[in-house]
Amino acid sequence: MNGVIDLQLWQMAASYIFIAILLLIVKARGISREKEIIISSVRMTLQLIITGYVLIFLFDNANPYLTLLVIAVMEAFAINNVYKRTKMDLGKRLKKIIAFSMLSGTLLSLVYFLLIVVRINPWYDPRYFIPIAGMLVGNSMTGISLGVTKLVENMYTQRHIVESALMLGASPKAAAKEIVDGAFDSAILPTINSMVGMGIVFLPGMMTGQILSGTSPVTAIEYQIAIMLGILGSVALTVILFVQMGYKTFFNERDQLIVTSPLKKNGS
Amino acid sequence: MLYILKKIKFKDILDIEEMKIPKGKITCIVGESGSGKTTLLRMLNDLTSSDSGEILYDGKPIKNMDSVSLRRNAVMLPQTPAIFSGTVRENLLIGLKFSQKPMVSDEELLKAMELVKLTKSLEDDADLLSGGEKQRLAIARVMVMDPEVLLLDEPSSALDEETERIVINSIVEYTRKNKKTMVMVTHSKKIALEFADEIIEIKKKNLTIPERSLK
Repeated sequence: MNGVIDLQLWQMAASYIFIAILLLIVKARGISREKEIIISSVRMTLQLIITGYVLIFLFDNANPYLTLLVIAVMEAFAINNVYKRTKMDLGKRLKKIIAFSMLSGTLLSLVYFLLIVVRINPWYDPRYFIPIAGMLVGNSMTGISLGVTKLVENMYTQRHIVESALMLGASPKAAAKEIVDGAFDSAILPTINSMVGMGIVFLPGMMTGQILSGTSPVTAIEYQIAIMLGILGSVALTVILFVQMGYKTFFNERDQLIVTSPLKKNGS
Repeated sequence: MLYILKKIKFKDILDIEEMKIPKGKITCIVGESGSGKTTLLRMLNDLTSSDSGEILYDGKPIKNMDSVSLRRNAVMLPQTPAIFSGTVRENLLIGLKFSQKPMVSDEELLKAMELVKLTKSLEDDADLLSGGEKQRLAIARVMVMDPEVLLLDEPSSALDEETERIVINSIVEYTRKNKKTMVMVTHSKKIALEFADEIIEIKKKNLTIPERSLK
C-alpha cells in the first residue's frame, strides 16, 4: 500500500549517467580526475552490493557474536582510517589514545542509545544495532580525525607559545589549554553546524531513507532527532577523551614539551 | 651558589665540567652563536634536560624537583617573546595566571611598563605592538611575576642601542634592589662588562670558563 518503488536494474544503471556527465566535464576541462571518479564509483557500487548481502545475512541470522564481530570490524576500520586520514606522524602513544577514545566514546554512547533511548530487544538486534553503530562510529571518526589534525598541527606550529607558557611556570595542562580547546571545538563544529541546517537546508540521509521506505515522516523525524543527539554525544565524548589524554603525549615526565615536525613520515 | 652544574653534556653542543651561578647576583652568559647559550639557559629552567651530569638548584638536584614549581621560581624569558592573543593587560597578567599567583592592580602593571619604557595603554591589542614593544612587554610580564630568579635570553635583541641600555639598566636595578638573581644570555660583551657581576663565556663544543669575577 505504501507503494515503495523498487528500482529495476535498468533504473539503477540509468543513474550512472551522472558519472558519465561528470567524466565528460572533467575531460573537457582537462582536470585529471577521471581515474579517481571511476575508481570511487566502482568501489562505492561494489562495497554497497556486498554490504547489502552481508546485512541480509546478518538480519536473517541474528546472533550476538555476529553483531559484536560487525562492531569490532567497524571500529577497527574507523580507527585505522583516522590514522590514515590525518596524514601525520602520530607516534605509538597517540595512536593508542585515539583507539581508546574511539572505542570508549562510541561504545558508551551506543550502549546508552540502544538500550536506554531506543530500548531494542534483543540487545543485539542487527537491524538497529548495525546502522546506528555505523552512524555513531562514522561521525565520531570524522570528528576525532579533525581533532587529531588540529591538536598535532597546533602543538607543532604553536610550540613557541606553549614553551613560553611553560617558562612562565604554567602546568602542561594550562600551557596547552588553548590548543586543546581549539581542537575540541573544530572537531565538534561540523556536527553542530549540520544540526543547524537540518530539515531546512537538507533532509538527513537516515530520515530520507526511512521516508522513502514508507515510514511515517513523524517516526522518521523522531529517529532523526534522537540519532542526531546521539551522534553529537558520541562525537563530543570521543573527542573530549582524545584531547584530554592526547595533549599529554606532547610533554615528558619533566613537563618539557616534546614535539617533532608532524609532517615527516618516519614510521614511528 | 644558586646553580651548580656538574659534568653536563648535551649532544655535541654543551660539555660543561663545572659551572657555578651565584645567588643574588647578575650573571651574564656570553659566547658565539651556536655555542649553546640558549640550551644552557633552558636547562636552568628545566625546559631541556642534559644527557648526563647534574644540575643543583639551591643545593638540590633539579631532577628531584617538581619542574613546574622550579619554573615558577626561576622564570625564563625566551629570545623571541611569545605574545598571547589579547590586550596588553592580559599579557602582563598571564604569567601570574600560569603560575597561579594572585593578580595585581593596574598600577603595578603600569609601573612594570614604565620600567621597560613601554608607553602603551593596558587596553591595547598586544598583537599590534612592534617587535621591540613586544619584547619589552614580555620583560615587563616577567617583572610583574616578581620571581626569585630571572633567566633572560637576549632580552634586548629587538631593541635599538639606546632603548637596550635603558631597559637593561632598569632590569638590573630592579634585580639589585629586590635582591634577585639574574642570569642573562647576551651577544653583547659590552652589556655584559657593564652590568654583570659574573661573566661566563661558553666556547663552542668546549669547556666553559668563568671569565671574570667582580665584586
